[in-house]
Amino acid sequence: MAKGLVVSPDKCTGCRTCELACSYSKSDTFNPKDSAISVMFYEDVGLQVPMTCLQCDEPHCVKVCVVNALTKDEKTGVVNYDKEKCIGCKMCVSACPFGNMTYSIRLKEVIKCDLCKGDPQCVKSCNYGALQYKELDSTLDKRKIIANQFKEAFGEGAI
Amino acid sequence: MNGYTGKIIRVDLTNKIIKIEKLNMDYAKNYIGGRGLGSKYLCEEIDPQIDALSPENKLIFMTGPVTGTNATCAGRFNVVAKAPLTGTIGAGNTGGYFGPELKFAGYDGIIFEGKANNPVYLHINDDLVELKDAKHIWGKNVFETTDILLNENEEDAKVACIGPAGEKLVLFAAVMNDKDRAAGRSGLGAVMGSKNLKAVIVKGSNGIGVANALQFNKAVAEAREKVTANGVTGTGGGLATYGTEVLVNILNEMHALPTNNWQTSRFEDADKISGEYLTENYLIRNKACYACPIGCGRTIKIPDGKYKGVVAGPEYEAGWSYGASCGINDLNEINKANHVCNMLGLDPVTMGATIACAMELYEKGYITKEDLDGGELKFGDANSIMKLTEQTGNREGFGDKLALGSYRLADMYGHPELSMTVKKQEMPAYDGRAIQGMGLSYATSNRGGCHVRGYVTSTEVLGIPMKTDPLSTEGKAALVKLFQDLTALVDSSDICLFTTFAIGLPEVSGMLRGTTGFEYSDEEMLLVGERIWNLEKLFNLQAGLTREDDLLPPRLLNEPVTSGPSKGKVTELEVMLDEYYQLRGWDKEGVPTDEKLAELSLSNKGLAEAF
Repeated sequence: MAKGLVVSPDKCTGCRTCELACSYSKSDTFNPKDSAISVMFYEDVGLQVPMTCLQCDEPHCVKVCVVNALTKDEKTGVVNYDKEKCIGCKMCVSACPFGNMTYSIRLKEVIKCDLCKGDPQCVKSCNYGALQYKELDSTLDKRKIIANQFKEAFGEGAI
Repeated sequence: MNGYTGKIIRVDLTNKIIKIEKLNMDYAKNYIGGRGLGSKYLCEEIDPQIDALSPENKLIFMTGPVTGTNATCAGRFNVVAKAPLTGTIGAGNTGGYFGPELKFAGYDGIIFEGKANNPVYLHINDDLVELKDAKHIWGKNVFETTDILLNENEEDAKVACIGPAGEKLVLFAAVMNDKDRAAGRSGLGAVMGSKNLKAVIVKGSNGIGVANALQFNKAVAEAREKVTANGVTGTGGGLATYGTEVLVNILNEMHALPTNNWQTSRFEDADKISGEYLTENYLIRNKACYACPIGCGRTIKIPDGKYKGVVAGPEYEAGWSYGASCGINDLNEINKANHVCNMLGLDPVTMGATIACAMELYEKGYITKEDLDGGELKFGDANSIMKLTEQTGNREGFGDKLALGSYRLADMYGHPELSMTVKKQEMPAYDGRAIQGMGLSYATSNRGGCHVRGYVTSTEVLGIPMKTDPLSTEGKAALVKLFQDLTALVDSSDICLFTTFAIGLPEVSGMLRGTTGFEYSDEEMLLVGERIWNLEKLFNLQAGLTREDDLLPPRLLNEPVTSGPSKGKVTELEVMLDEYYQLRGWDKEGVPTDEKLAELSLSNKGLAEAF
């Protein structure tokens, strides 16, 4: 069963340790510009939104890659990137509908989330639970919160 | 790499010449970074006797080696200069995102010298470093300035700037960054204003590496585990749940919450200005500085009035200064006044405490209605604080006098004894009579009345790392010395002091060793802290301060606490001060002995000789 990254912007404090953890695990230096995850801040409402690759089932990035540097692993659900095959054409950066592919001029490679081979460092670094790595067809937090409201409303009658 | 980028930007504002120079690694090895390294540069380059607002003063932004890494709460930098409010060395430690961005741009720090002949700002984008005209943003508040600069440069850059208060040389103007974070105390914003320097905007794209990755990773993992498991700093802990305002009810319960300009030590309505009340009524969510797992910052709502919207909430000391200190129980008005401080670039601790002093001067009849243009100024008047704050930041009306801080204000009306200051800087929200060690900590602080130079409240009130009796003077001199030295080290590595509720010298030293590769023992690391403390002391001595300045206001020494467990107590300063000087290796006048200086590789002549 495929696990995926579940993002809860309402829990994010904007500490951006996820950006640091990602770049450090991929490049041995701390550099948010080389991170596959970025946090956007909406000041007027005080909201922080972490954004990263969604590992699409029909990935546009894979479709436009002419050298097969990007491939979808049907078992894990991860869209993998092979630096050796990549020619740096940046077509995938243009193709991603969400802007989640970036190209690092410094590293001369595409920066893309691969869920750290099943051990995502960003999730480990998130102290507020804004990033979670879990079975996607399990009951998600948001659904539980709504369910809890039913419990609040009807719970008493059951006792 | 070793945490450092190895480069410093030097900006000669007078001649508008920018030079990139190598970081002095000898300084770095002996003073680490941030507050210590910035102070070393300042002491080497200025005469401590100069006027803080003259072009001879220098303004230094300095990061630490861990700034920008994922070490716990490593998103900070220090602003260092001679301070106009106190005449001492001034260093303000601030969080947010600016410090790491400066490192990503490739610089450990910036030294500003001289004075520009017209308003300017510094624009940094990696190798591009340029002075630009700031005429169009001069007079704008901190929020407007930040938005305009982001709009006309890189939208994802970070901005540090001053507001109107800094431009108009309010003696407690702050250097603000990321809109609502501040190198707040002692008037560093006025130094920036005196140089016609409105802002610094920085964007960077370089990475920061550490010297010993295995050692670093292990130290950070251990520190992170301790910080996240701790009852104060951890997940669901006091700071995360209620912010720093969690302290209001705790201090009030022990009758250590200075009220009505320190006339009493308990505030009847403390629960209405508490962290619990803030959380219940105004909190939207937590906000963290860079690389911080704690998240004590508050994103709150202002539900009404001209500042209606989503803003940053007050810290404990700001909530206290406008709250208990002014006898005010309306948290909504306190939140607004705090927001005005952020917009105008003011230190809310001194601002609120100066209003409290003015209230006592008015109630005692020293300030008259005529002085206030026919108005009144009484304890508990919530409607006054926002307006007075606006007037102070813009230096209008009575605000022009408040802009000098409470000492100069009270002195002007013939009653300096009513100013609750040390070295002319307002003491914050912990009564030094009810918490004896804090009394000594205030008196000996190198930047005047301040709680974050030696936060012994941690042991005397919170029992961290062990509980001591707040009413006893025994052992407090040694505790204050230890806290001061460790804090100097923490401020210089540039991690957040709040981490030290959960971690201590071994963890801080471990992260520093892994980052820098400096093979110092824990004891040698602490010695760096002691060296920094003594360097700051030498600066102050050469600036003309004496033992007479290591003094508390008469109220703390002569007027006993009126209620609670500490009823009848005053701060027993003299006995603690003598012991403290002795433990520090200073003579009876507070001058470091030659033996102590030799032990720390310092020279008392060093500073003066350069001039």
